[in-house]
Amino acid sequence: MLSRRIIPCLDVRDGKLTKGIKFKGNIDIGDPVEMARHYYEAGADELVFYDITASSDRRDIMIEVVRRTAEEIFIPFSVGGGLRTVEDMRRVLLAGAEKVSVNSAAVNTPDLIRQGALAFGRQCVVLGMDVLKVGRRAETPSGYEVVIHGGRIRTGLDALWWAKEGERLGAGEICLNSIDADGTQDGYEMELTSLISTQVGIPVIASGGAGSPEHLRAVLVEAHADAALVASITHYGQYTIKEIKDYLSARGVKVRKVW
Amino acid sequence: MIAIIDYKAGNLASVQRAVKSVGFACRITRNPREILEAERVIFPGVGAAGAAMADLKVTGLDRVLRDLFERGTPLLGICLGTQVVFDFSEEDDGTPCLGLMKGSVKRFPSDMRENGRVLKVPHMGWNQVRLQKEHAVLAGLQPDEEFYFVHSYYPKPADAAEIVGLTDYGLAFASIVAEASFIAVQFHLEKSGRPGIRILKNFCCWDGKNA
Repeated sequence: MLSRRIIPCLDVRDGKLTKGIKFKGNIDIGDPVEMARHYYEAGADELVFYDITASSDRRDIMIEVVRRTAEEIFIPFSVGGGLRTVEDMRRVLLAGAEKVSVNSAAVNTPDLIRQGALAFGRQCVVLGMDVLKVGRRAETPSGYEVVIHGGRIRTGLDALWWAKEGERLGAGEICLNSIDADGTQDGYEMELTSLISTQVGIPVIASGGAGSPEHLRAVLVEAHADAALVASITHYGQYTIKEIKDYLSARGVKVRKVW
Repeated sequence: MIAIIDYKAGNLASVQRAVKSVGFACRITRNPREILEAERVIFPGVGAAGAAMADLKVTGLDRVLRDLFERGTPLLGICLGTQVVFDFSEEDDGTPCLGLMKGSVKRFPSDMRENGRVLKVPHMGWNQVRLQKEHAVLAGLQPDEEFYFVHSYYPKPADAAEIVGLTDYGLAFASIVAEASFIAVQFHLEKSGRPGIRILKNFCCWDGKNA
């Protein structure tokens, strides 16, 4: 039986680890490679690096982070942020990432998903979605709208439509981040996660809002997520990966045991 | 020296990095002589069976693999490398494969369920391998160790005696197969943490005999 995955998300800016609260007030908390190794040893099933480096001429710093990480940890990890072309994706994959995640660039150029899937296989392409609850309207019948550039720009795209379109174009997985829940530690956006998870045929990673192991149980079991992203809840030592997995395991959720 | 066969099937650098991490020299190569002279050979792969077979034929690496089988060179298949050694794959509207192992490669049914939950294809993530027998390359593993999988097709050996490990995903499929000096895994051992690295290290010391 397939295990549900617990995936720490490492936000990286200029080669350093940060964690934003609602995408504002980022503070540096250390070396991303060191944190990746820590999570590898602690039993994380996969890692996500999100590069929020503002200036594109500093992107090579991230490639170096990917290369160093790939030499030290032997679990899958994906890299997102600032990837606009198939060439950008190729560099990250060759540096050692297992997957690439596209978000704003895919909204601007949906064909990027198709091109990436053709060049590297669907399993390599993750569609990252930042989603805002807006209520049901003609434009957004699901009640959720896709936003880009870290939540600053609304796209008018219905979140459910975009998830299905991403799958059709060739995305192998969706990382679904709720802007409303992100950084609150009040729990994942259950309604949104359930809506998308049950309507697409590819795995969905729930993101945003984890504050307790119970939040993970709820989103994995009741909202049918295939995996759950964590950040603050584990970055600052509030819970270890093992504590979260023990909690889930005791409640019948299949997780990979920590070595 | 350990040769990693390069046949334009995915990123081989992660396999190379994993081999290096356990302290062995290896080279990514598509040079037939270099491969035939290697002490051990790794046959990895990510991608589709059709394109992989086409490349293997064009480069003559299909014959090299047959020679490795006959010589008894320790050979490790990973993911797609595990699949194309069989007779036939359902992928790409049906692809005749190398036929070094008897059996076929099938697609997961699209309507699989487990405890009422629809099972998505590809099978992606960590899953257990139930070891069916002992093998020198698997020494030191727990009986139900978990590994990282990404695939939509699975191997179905004709001879059940070649099945070393089984994994459950809607159905029980062969996740580790072995015959003589050949052992192959459907999961990505280079992305499977400690147990994956353990298998790799065992293989790097293996003499091709399972005693």
